[in-house]
Amino acid sequence: MSKTVAEKILLEHSDLKEISPGQFVECDIDLIMVHEQLGGRIHKEYEKLGIDYVWDPNKIFFILDHWVPAPTISAAQMHQDCRAFAEKYNFIHNIGMDKGICHQVLPEMGFSRPGMLIVGSDSHTTTYGAFNCLSTGIGATDVSVVFATGKLWFKVPESYKINFVGELNKGVMSKDIILKIIGDITTKGAIYKSLEFHGIDSLSIDGRMTISNMVVEAGAKFGVFLSDNKLESWIQKRSKEEYNIIHPDKEAIYEKTLEYNLSEIIPMVAKPSSPGNADEIENVEGIEIDQAFLGSCTNGRIEDLRIAAKILKGKSINPKTRFIITPASKEVYITAMKEGLLDIFINAGAVVTHSTCGACIGGHMGVLGEGEVCISSTNRNFVGRMGAASSQVYLASPATVTASAIYGKITDPREVL
Amino acid sequence: MDEINGFAYILGDDINTDDIVPSHTLTMRDPHEMAKCTLEFIDSQFVKEINKGNIIVAGENFGTGSSREEAVNVFKILGIKAIIAKSFARIYFRNLINVGIPGITLNKWNEKTFSKGDKLEISLDKGVIFNKTKNVKVEFAKIPEFLTKILNEGGIINQLKKKLSK
Ligand code: SF4
Repeated sequence: MSKTVAEKILLEHSDLKEISPGQFVECDIDLIMVHEQLGGRIHKEYEKLGIDYVWDPNKIFFILDHWVPAPTISAAQMHQDCRAFAEKYNFIHNIGMDKGICHQVLPEMGFSRPGMLIVGSDSHTTTYGAFNCLSTGIGATDVSVVFATGKLWFKVPESYKINFVGELNKGVMSKDIILKIIGDITTKGAIYKSLEFHGIDSLSIDGRMTISNMVVEAGAKFGVFLSDNKLESWIQKRSKEEYNIIHPDKEAIYEKTLEYNLSEIIPMVAKPSSPGNADEIENVEGIEIDQAFLGSCTNGRIEDLRIAAKILKGKSINPKTRFIITPASKEVYITAMKEGLLDIFINAGAVVTHSTCGACIGGHMGVLGEGEVCISSTNRNFVGRMGAASSQVYLASPATVTASAIYGKITDPREVL
Repeated sequence: MDEINGFAYILGDDINTDDIVPSHTLTMRDPHEMAKCTLEFIDSQFVKEINKGNIIVAGENFGTGSSREEAVNVFKILGIKAIIAKSFARIYFRNLINVGIPGITLNKWNEKTFSKGDKLEISLDKGVIFNKTKNVKVEFAKIPEFLTKILNEGGIINQLKKKLSK
């Protein structure tokens, strides 16, 4: 039977000869990513199993990123619990707290490659779909199951084919594409589905990651891109391991097919308090903001910092507005430093922080006060996500966030580029 | 796990994991402390009014958002026996089953079917919810056998523990 990318990868990781959507299958996991959740619920659940080993210490990627460096005593204790667990079970890829956000660092280190099946203790694990692999988020008990057995059950998803044609215009970014898609199909429009992206050549790897990152905001289980030369050269630079490119069959069956002409996409903003609350920039222009945040696993990559610097160069941010910039990883941070981007940010009045989830999760380094309004390059604008319950978050592209920081109100980046 | 009895507590559409356990509670070390903050930003009455044995009846896309299983565990601590929703977010549904709380998908319901405080009796085997207060019966698509097995063993950790000890 003809198959989608998701069906092929799940089949290859099972011991079955044939699978079809709706079926429950048990699959071998190639890699599992864990972060602070290890010290949250995971270690407590795992200890209940009463075993003194993990199935394969070489297939666990452990990083601290949400609250680093620890802003509170309880966060510090959580880190202690994490480190103790990693030591006890001899984790080999113990990445530490200085490298950045999980979903940026793991691909940078070449751990996400075509054909793999990856899970992680974080809903935005879907990000690695940009690398032609299947990846998705799981909770603490599922993590425990994988730690113990290296296997996990899946329900084989139906797939949606999303086909891109054309190219983005100046000042429009892949964030605008995914906000548009979520707005169109709604936050429940793809529950349990695998989104398969075609027509991808004009998109950068950074841009693909942004799209895969946010598919979960439409409820999707996977957001998988096809492969091309751009991806292969990216992988070869970062990994010596073999990989297995997966193409869908020509006759693969899709539950839905959607087409987007990228040249028709315009800057989009998701209004409070749902990522599905997307609107065109002209309908929100002029809304005053207290803070602008550029960072997170959605948009803290070098492409994002470059466009921000291009917009900011020679300008200052509005004196009433705070602009916080958090590079998604140490690698991004160092690259931005070498390219002189940090100078531009700091001189314009922005605050540049260490790589962490930080403000995205309302943890530290940019928490919002009562009634404050923020425009943010992150992926969620739920009530209280970035701080006080009465604060409001508008989600937008790095270009829109930066343009807005300059004027202290939501601004169309096409007007300042 | 067959018959579940309890009282309905009604919640709306798109209740997300950050609503259920706000991020600031995630570094708390005592899950019971965390449970006291359940839904604090959007329904400050919830923790006060929820009595042991209650059944949540919600709208679309329940549990959308993060993979944080705390968002299931707090309900377990508060004694929630089942969650009925028009639809569930994927990770949330898995977490519910894994922790041993039945997630029941009921595409359609309205105020004629359930209101706050109604006495409900759920039969998982038959796929029927009997609202004793309103004297109405509704059918739902039964939870697949594969998942019912996990529920019957009290969650996936218990199931795995048994397997490992064999
Ligand atoms: S940056 Fe935000 S969305 Fe991404 S992993 Fe961290 S907390 Fe989650």
